[in-house]
Amino acid sequence: MTTPLLEIENLHTFFYTDNGVARAVDGVSFSVGVGETVGVVGESGCGKSVTALSILRLVRPPGRIETGSVMRFEGRDLLELNEREMQHVRGNRIAMVFQEPMTALNPVFTIGDQVGEVARIHAGMSKRDAWAKAIEMLKIVGIPAPEQRAGEYPHQLSGGMRQRVVIAMALVMNPALVIADEPTTALDVTIQAQILELLAELTRRLGTSVLLITHDLGVVAENCTRVIVMYAGEVVEEATTVDLFARAHHPYTEGLLGAMPRVGGEKDRLATIPGTVPAPTNWPKGCRFRDRCPYSWERCESEHPPLYQIGGGHSSRCHLAEEPERRQHPHPPLAAQRGATAA
Amino acid sequence: MLHALLRDSRTRIALVVLLLVTLGAILAPVLAPYDPIALLDIELLPNQPPSAAHPFGTDPVSRDVLSRLIYGTRVSLAVGLGSATLAMSFGIAVGMIAGFFGGAVDAVLMRFVDAAISVPRLLVLLMVASLWGRQGLVPFTLLMAGTGWFTVSRLVRAETIALRDREFVLAARALGVPTPRLLVRHVLPNVLAPALVAAALSIANVILLEASLSYLGIGLPTGTASWGAIIQDGANDAVDLWWLTFFPGLAILVTVFACNALGDALRDAFDPRQLPRDDSDALFASEA
Repeated sequence: MTTPLLEIENLHTFFYTDNGVARAVDGVSFSVGVGETVGVVGESGCGKSVTALSILRLVRPPGRIETGSVMRFEGRDLLELNEREMQHVRGNRIAMVFQEPMTALNPVFTIGDQVGEVARIHAGMSKRDAWAKAIEMLKIVGIPAPEQRAGEYPHQLSGGMRQRVVIAMALVMNPALVIADEPTTALDVTIQAQILELLAELTRRLGTSVLLITHDLGVVAENCTRVIVMYAGEVVEEATTVDLFARAHHPYTEGLLGAMPRVGGEKDRLATIPGTVPAPTNWPKGCRFRDRCPYSWERCESEHPPLYQIGGGHSSRCHLAEEPERRQHPHPPLAAQRGATAA
Repeated sequence: MLHALLRDSRTRIALVVLLLVTLGAILAPVLAPYDPIALLDIELLPNQPPSAAHPFGTDPVSRDVLSRLIYGTRVSLAVGLGSATLAMSFGIAVGMIAGFFGGAVDAVLMRFVDAAISVPRLLVLLMVASLWGRQGLVPFTLLMAGTGWFTVSRLVRAETIALRDREFVLAARALGVPTPRLLVRHVLPNVLAPALVAAALSIANVILLEASLSYLGIGLPTGTASWGAIIQDGANDAVDLWWLTFFPGLAILVTVFACNALGDALRDAFDPRQLPRDDSDALFASEA
């Protein structure tokens, strides 16, 4: 890995709800190197998006980043900055691309105005200069007739065009890190590849690091150098992309890979992972995946697995790292058994 | 936006009416044929029905009703516009702050609004009148504003809460937009539509309320001839001397209608996603 740009250590983000404390992000550590594209995968509710919002300190009450969390970025701990300094980081050094281009733009302003706003805030540009900058950015993200488009409102643009606008807004200040939270999930399949290609192309050219949050392993395979797999508020596996696809270690990652459609695959029905993510207000003790795991045994019930180093920068939060022979004896997961009795 | 406003003929009529009323208020000294408080000829001219010389007739003390009405426009409009503007600004500010910051701030502000809203406005005004007597123009306008911002603040708060969790507000924060700018640029324009609609309706409401209070004899001080006060003056002879109440009543009616029509039109025009009315009519026509 290259020089780290962002190092997250022991990030805890809890939500204090009426139903108890939801430990949405529960001790997450990872880093992103300069110019690197890191993928974060996991199903809905695993804490991916909360992690992203935590980095920008945009978690709203009742959510809170707990003390003891550290987020080092460009040599400073983001959690020690005051709100003003943090505003300087947002949009300037770290920018975010949101999932829904339909709603990520303000409906009452023209897109030129909105792209320009970033330059006005962070570079103190005049209205006129900001407009010129906006047109330049729209051109860079491949919007045809940018001079004319800049004067249009978001509803006049297609979804793919809007996502290009959102990317333009993120890149105005040439940030060191772009966090892309499921940037293509809301788009047509045909547009998804174009948008990802654009994002990859631009960030490569600008040397921008990317934290790409997705639940699509196909997207990870094409875009990322390293992958972090999250489950139930924790990192459960981390590896280079090549390594992860070749030697997935954690049963959850195995499950995710098994649930991916493959060209020329023989099965006519996709494999699924039985059960659902447990409630974040009440993570089970021991391994949080054990009910859905085909290998779980007594130890998984009693002992919360640490992140085991299994060589080559590959780590996995599974006791199989110490007892690999158990992989030979899969059994139907508890969740599936319960499902069967319920049915 | 102006273009969208003017496309609809109902709105055009409403705007013309309001423009005339406003011009009437501004140009009252030029337009009024007589001095509104002069007793023209107490012997020969009291209780004249409408005629060429006095289009709206004269009252029992021989004052020209048309001239009084034109000057009354100043009072009614000043109270209506002034209090609506004040109430809207204050209501928007309170609503945005409560909705955006939430928590204790929201709880305190909104419980106060709940309490205030549960007291009928007329009752408060009656109480003030009985405690401190009739109020001058400025205190009366402030009083109207002070009792008129609650609904606006509620409306704006609800809208702000919905906006606060919209992705574009989050996106703006993620791009480093400072909170005051976020409120003014990203929240305000999106809550302005319902607030403006409410304000336009509240102008109508205040004009009516002022008329009711003047009619009850507890509005503006005697001598401040608002439309309501003119009606009150003629109320005892409403059957025989119909022109004393009919014309000011008509003025109130037309102005209130125009305000309401404008409120509707503003709502449509402020929403850029809305189809222009003519187009949407055409759309339905083609479907039918």
